[in-house]
Amino acid sequence: MTAMKEVTYRLRRFDPAHDEAPHWEEYRVPFTEGMTVLDGLWKVKELHAPGLAWRSSCRMGVCGSCGMMINGKPGLACNTQISELGGSVVAVAPLPNFAIIRDLVPDLGPMFDAHRALLPYLLRDDTEEQERPTAEYWQSPEELEHYLQFSYCIKCGCCMAGCPTYATDPVYSGPMPLTQSHRYNADGRDGGFAARKVVLFGERGPWRCHYAGECSRVCPKGVDPAKAIQIMKRELVFSYLRLRKQKCPSAATKRLEGVGRREGIPEAPVRTV
Amino acid sequence: MIRDAKLWTWHVLAGIVILVFLALHMAIMHLDVLLGWFNAPGTHPIDWANVVARGKSVFFTVTYIVLLGAALFHGLYGLRNILLELNPPAWLKRATGVILLLAGLGFFILGTWVAVASHTLAGSV
Repeated sequence: MTAMKEVTYRLRRFDPAHDEAPHWEEYRVPFTEGMTVLDGLWKVKELHAPGLAWRSSCRMGVCGSCGMMINGKPGLACNTQISELGGSVVAVAPLPNFAIIRDLVPDLGPMFDAHRALLPYLLRDDTEEQERPTAEYWQSPEELEHYLQFSYCIKCGCCMAGCPTYATDPVYSGPMPLTQSHRYNADGRDGGFAARKVVLFGERGPWRCHYAGECSRVCPKGVDPAKAIQIMKRELVFSYLRLRKQKCPSAATKRLEGVGRREGIPEAPVRTV
Repeated sequence: MIRDAKLWTWHVLAGIVILVFLALHMAIMHLDVLLGWFNAPGTHPIDWANVVARGKSVFFTVTYIVLLGAALFHGLYGLRNILLELNPPAWLKRATGVILLLAGLGFFILGTWVAVASHTLAGSV
């Protein structure tokens, strides 16, 4: 097998100021070992198309900015090696199921609106303790396991791009917001199930999901939104049938008297804000 | 809005009812030739005497009506979900729901009348 010297980028371009519809353009850039799809986009911008637009930030699969369609599959540009794509042509398009702002930049606003509507944060009655904490909310390692994998979500939108239901139903909240809603419902420190239920019981809830599982397949962080949505359906059905076990959010627990810090664990740095 | 959660829950429960009655149907109509639990020994489930005996039974008449209701709800709700995935405008969504509801009620009334009429007829034989 001969070493690849050049790679061809097929990019979906769209400038709303000049174009009526998106179109494909091709650029050839030199290939270097270890090059990611994002590195190649920077090369295209440097050598051929200075006006090319996309989102990226951390370059290490953490921020979730560079979600895009890479050779027909949603993924992170910074986390995809060109050598793993199995060819010398890289087709890059913006995430589908969203309006295009420009070139490879999708409008993720509707996703974050749905996310916000499902209250993705801890909801508790003890506002004073949350504002001025005197202790920690207790949680066992087993309780942590209930939601840990769902907390790895970086909100890149790849699952939304892969979801066939979200593609056709604009009312459906989609896998990311629903998974994040479940992440907090499953948290032992949270008491917000009743508040989230108001939205989840309706047509923005998980009821249109028919378990295609594409959201889980494409997630670059290994989160399983399809699982979260099925567990959520079960919890909501049990709640409707009044079979769901009511849970109280875990109480704030003070540090035990006479129990010191284990040796060898460094102190946290002094707070600066 | 609580409607979707309610409908989906009853969709699942109707599916369970259908499964139970399907098992009963298989046991009575297909396995009983071997088992001999529900029909007279040496007879076939669709022999005239066995059909009339089931027709006279209040239990079977009730199960026919319950199965009819469960199957209609389960099937028509599923059909509604498929149609709504075509993303029709809001008025057509509502119209689809109303049409399927009326169709379901119509079939249920017709089927219930048939079940009750056959029960009455079998009683007169």
